[in-house]
Amino acid sequence: MIGIIDYGVGNLFSLQSSFAAIGEACVVTGDPAEIRRADRLILPGVGAFADAADKLRRSGLFDLILDEAGRGKPLMGICLGMQLLFKKSFEYGEHQGLGLIPGRVEPIAKAIAPGLKIPHIGWNALQFRHKSGILEGVEEGSHVYFVHSYHAVGCEDFTTAVTEYGGTLTASVQRDNVAGCQFHPEKSGQVGLAILKNFANM
Amino acid sequence: MITKRIIPCLDVRDGRVVKGVNFEGIRDVSSPVELARIYSDSGADELVFYDITASAEGRRLFTDVLAETARSVFIPLTVGGGINTLEDFDWVLKCGADKVSVNSGALRDPTLVSRAARRYGNQCVVISADVKRVDGVFTVFARGGRDNTGREAIEWIRRCVGEGAGEVVLNSIDTDGVRGGFDLEMLRAVSDAVDVPVIASGGAGCVKDFVTLFKTLPRVDAGLAASILHFGEVTVADIKKALRDEGVNVRI
Repeated sequence: MIGIIDYGVGNLFSLQSSFAAIGEACVVTGDPAEIRRADRLILPGVGAFADAADKLRRSGLFDLILDEAGRGKPLMGICLGMQLLFKKSFEYGEHQGLGLIPGRVEPIAKAIAPGLKIPHIGWNALQFRHKSGILEGVEEGSHVYFVHSYHAVGCEDFTTAVTEYGGTLTASVQRDNVAGCQFHPEKSGQVGLAILKNFANM
Repeated sequence: MITKRIIPCLDVRDGRVVKGVNFEGIRDVSSPVELARIYSDSGADELVFYDITASAEGRRLFTDVLAETARSVFIPLTVGGGINTLEDFDWVLKCGADKVSVNSGALRDPTLVSRAARRYGNQCVVISADVKRVDGVFTVFARGGRDNTGREAIEWIRRCVGEGAGEVVLNSIDTDGVRGGFDLEMLRAVSDAVDVPVIASGGAGCVKDFVTLFKTLPRVDAGLAASILHFGEVTVADIKKALRDEGVNVRI
């Protein structure tokens, strides 16, 4: 059973539908007992980093996620959920994340050519870096759907894919049992479903 | 590099797809869920559903259609039509929408855009503007193109982006349903005025119109297509292939 962590951030309908479409049982939950029982965990999220990190702390899920990931349970962060895996974010000030993957979260404006639109919204191509189980069978150059204004930096050793947008943006990361996608696999058609299937088998 | 998006647009009334020509002479086409699947398989980058129902019953049929689509189609879904309050946002987001487009609702209460952007994030809020030339001035119309608001369009769109709208759909009433090509002059004025993605709507009649759109206006991010697709003369795949052949970056 896959646990989609519900901490009041974002729309979980599509994630749930995606796992249903690939025949994987999942539950949307904020209940610590259910999260402990799940075989693997998805950390979703949209919106602002500080607000999401606060919600995780106030709900008591912050430490629980650290414990579960520390025990080797597969965990995948999606979009803001991926950014929360890092130690620090510089979105409107400086905020602490889970610190499961070394690196920090910075505005994409620092990485891209001036004049490009921010957020980076739309379908962009994946270029592979380090090998990753969640990208198994996905063709290099496949397009996935992004919506973001911040991205992870200083995580080269754990970067599994990047994308070009007038500069290089981090698209996905993995460190042992902890993975993250800056893009939305649940909105990335067949390629996205393949990535979720890989996670379900990780 | 990011690709140009082709976005089929489905006007839904009482759970069925319709497409108005110049906002009059509405005709019935097909099942929205079925069409959504066909478009997604054909390479659509996103889908827009406009609810043009007035009744509560039609509203319920619309959200049923939306939820059923979101269960089987895994590309972004934008919903518009009759979005007047944060409760309306909540309702369609719970039924599987990723973005919500506001039009008349924002004209009635301009704080809707900023309140929605604060609660759901800018990426979730799309400002949709129906614009027509009145004495040579780009003018915003409300209620599906029926009411002249007297507002100048560029100023209005800029203001909405300032309040937090993350994308703009510009629908030219002057070219809508005529199928003679996009309104390049109007699109240029808007895409020069804002730094969020601009989606062109109204006027696509053939594959070449999309090539002309992106070649002439590289700052436009996406093209909306309705009647050109619904009758099956042209597929999303045809449009994308033509774009790729002309050197426009698309997802194939």
